[in-house]
Amino acid sequence: MLETAFFNLFAGLSIFAGLGVVLSRNTMHAVMFLIFCFFNAAGLFFLLDAEFLGIILILIYVGAVMVLFMFAIMMLEVNVSKMRDNFLQYLPLGGMIAVILMIEFVAASTTGVFTEGAKATAEHLAMDVNNTKEIGQVLYTKYLLGFEIAAIILLVALVGAIVLTIRGRKDAKYQNISKQVNVRREDRVRKVSM
Amino acid sequence: MVGLSEYLIVAAALFSLGVIGLFLNRKNVIAILMCIELMLLAVNINLVAFSHFLNDISGQIFVFFVLTVAACEVAIGLAILVSFYRLRRSIEIEDINTLQG
Repeated sequence: MLETAFFNLFAGLSIFAGLGVVLSRNTMHAVMFLIFCFFNAAGLFFLLDAEFLGIILILIYVGAVMVLFMFAIMMLEVNVSKMRDNFLQYLPLGGMIAVILMIEFVAASTTGVFTEGAKATAEHLAMDVNNTKEIGQVLYTKYLLGFEIAAIILLVALVGAIVLTIRGRKDAKYQNISKQVNVRREDRVRKVSM
Repeated sequence: MVGLSEYLIVAAALFSLGVIGLFLNRKNVIAILMCIELMLLAVNINLVAFSHFLNDISGQIFVFFVLTVAACEVAIGLAILVSFYRLRRSIEIEDINTLQG
């Protein structure tokens, strides 16, 4: 009973926040709605006994990614009114595609193909499972390669973001390594006859 | 007791909202990135729901990887946006036409 109530709360609020993301005029408001949506999705994750991922969602998305979004929006001055000139021009096409997609998804998920045999077992419901430990036991053994590839992807993204945005200062002093290595004695030392 | 199909419907609604947002906000790159985030979130909800109801932890591992890739994508996308803004003083989609192929 309580679970159903919380599910309805989180689901309704996340869909409301999603509507806000799509429809809000101000980009900053859209970011705020997206943060709200992530919080509610984290609530849904908690309901699904995925505590670790819920916390991760809040920490990474709200704490890092959305702050990055805000930073970018505040740094770039965006002319929102010009961008929304013919805002509703593509509503018929987009709305049609989205409605068809939605109908397909709902039809597929209510046929019972997916829900057949899908029932949480008793031990899962008894809450005596440590979600973090469970994830760790699989992540560092069966999915170790994927974990390492993810680490490399993060590293590449880190370096790539820095390379894309770095601006070399004009007055910065750089070493010219090859010049330094190739220097000879005659270039530096001058004999003077006394 | 909430079943699997309810979670799938919520995720479907969020995904459709992301799709409709892509069409409505096609002039605003930041809004497009946010809609992609919304769609990825819907996928994550699906994966976690299946993981819970099928008693298979692998779904949550895949959510992990999706989160990683999404974070990288946002970082790179916003970096490209910032460097483009420096070049052109604008981030409107219509101005991003230098890569003609």
